Amino acid sequence: MPIHFQMPLILKKLFRRRIVLVAAIALTLVVLMSLFASVVTAFDPNDTAVSERLSQPSSTHKLGTDELGRDLLARIAFGGRYSLTIAALTAVGSITFGTLLGLMAGFFRRLDAPISRVVDAMMSFPDILLAIALVAILGPSMLNVVFALVLVYTPRVARVVRASTLVVRELLFVEAARAVGVSTWRILWRHILPNLMSPILVQASFIFAYAILAEAALSFLGVGVPPEIPTWGTMVAGSQQYAHQALWIVLFPGLAIIITALSLQLLGDGIRDLLDPRLKKSM
Amino acid sequence: MTRYLLSRLAGMLVVMSLVAVLVFILTRAASGDPIAVLLGDQATAEDIARVQKLYGLDKPLPVQFGYWLKELSHGNLGDSIFLQRPVTQALWERAEPTTLLALMAVAIAACIGVPCGIVSAVFRGKAIDQIFTGLAMLGASVPSFWFGLVLMQIFAVSLGWFPVSGYGDPGAPLWQRMHSLVLPAVVLGVLNSALIIRFTRASMLDVLGEDYVRTARAKGLSESVVVLKHALRNALVPIVTVIGLTVALMIGGAVVTETVFGLPGVGNLVVSAVLRRDYPVIQGALLVVAAIYVVINFAVDLLYTVVDPRVRY
Repeated sequence: MPIHFQMPLILKKLFRRRIVLVAAIALTLVVLMSLFASVVTAFDPNDTAVSERLSQPSSTHKLGTDELGRDLLARIAFGGRYSLTIAALTAVGSITFGTLLGLMAGFFRRLDAPISRVVDAMMSFPDILLAIALVAILGPSMLNVVFALVLVYTPRVARVVRASTLVVRELLFVEAARAVGVSTWRILWRHILPNLMSPILVQASFIFAYAILAEAALSFLGVGVPPEIPTWGTMVAGSQQYAHQALWIVLFPGLAIIITALSLQLLGDGIRDLLDPRLKKSM
Repeated sequence: MTRYLLSRLAGMLVVMSLVAVLVFILTRAASGDPIAVLLGDQATAEDIARVQKLYGLDKPLPVQFGYWLKELSHGNLGDSIFLQRPVTQALWERAEPTTLLALMAVAIAACIGVPCGIVSAVFRGKAIDQIFTGLAMLGASVPSFWFGLVLMQIFAVSLGWFPVSGYGDPGAPLWQRMHSLVLPAVVLGVLNSALIIRFTRASMLDVLGEDYVRTARAKGLSESVVVLKHALRNALVPIVTVIGLTVALMIGGAVVTETVFGLPGVGNLVVSAVLRRDYPVIQGALLVVAAIYVVINFAVDLLYTVVDPRVRY
């Protein structure tokens, strides 16, 4: 029973819970703000103005300025491009590899034990610690942060996809497909994968959220994106010692992170409720 | 029971060996020759070759791995390049703040998470349930470093109730050291309670729909006895699991929180090792933390039999 997306109807159902609609709108606004950063603000995110350093939110600087007099709104808008891109690439990468591994482990009995044990081993490292170690080894750059986070989240996806594959594999239509001589790859691609879409979509939105938080934490620790690139994490890291003079320079980038991560998780929750009505009863 | 224990132990061993292989591959994949770095610019190619031979680095990788594993089995994690001492000693010196922090944080997380989860389940769909589930999701969306910085501004800088950073003197009494851990523990505990709330709620909802709960109510038992005695006891297994998982999460979370509050813990050690490319320390810390995680998981499995006598292995 492949899921047929009827966009308007499915969106209507998804947004029946008001909070999910609010989350979707908030997320859209954050993405639009980053995409059209140069429209949102006339300031350049890297223009320093020492005379205006640490100025409070005002009509000129809507969210105030940081310790070098850079406009905070501009930095959050432009920084969002980096933060969102890193998180999106992480989600796409770990979903791709995790799905592939999970399908293999769940479908081919011989591959299950080796893949599952490696997944177990990878998951015995705390997320942030593993990511830190990987970036330390690869060297700090945007691409390496993505690479490290993909490695951290791939096992998580693989575990979920494997569990779902184990269930779907036993369903009657798979047996029927095999009986009429459908090839293994076609069974995996056309019959099993479509039925895994709901757990995969839910995982994608959660990993997007985790990646936003993880990138910020790495950059905050100084082992992530190089400090000269404005991301929401590097902004907090660079400004933290001025927090007692101007709390807003820490407050606003953090709020950007929270709004984005929260919206993504609410959206993921909404998708889960929508696609898996059985879960709705208990969750 | 013995058979189950043995098979679990074997599984643990497999995972730990894989962890060791992963850690070995990771650190060997690191860019830059540690010997060249160690010897500096003046070293000739001959010097480097000689020292490489001394450390066994001229051998093929599997041989090096075997050598490393042998040292490992003797509890030797190698020496830190910058701290001039064995990695085990460096880790041990930093263990206290991290352990205390993790324990305090787990206590806070459980004290928030379990009651909120129970209330949420009992009043499912009501306003209080929506507030708690909403807060749980918010907790999972707040960056710990940001929450730490904000709490620090309010309670340490403005109100002066807690020290801004640091851990006090080594000779200071325990309560004083714990006093400086309150804010970081609150940060970790509050944020990680989110997971416990969600699991407690789901587990309680499952149990509250059971026949014996209806029977208990039909007998005329008070609602608090039904919920806290009949339902909660049966819902404990997943709750214990998630609390155990939280302990493991704390160790990772401590990396960030310790840095914010300048605590001389294991997390702080790792971050400074990363910044200085002190690979033996990174390697050792990864191994030890992964081992703790695996052991906690095992301990949680064993706890099931205590929590729920129906579970027999």
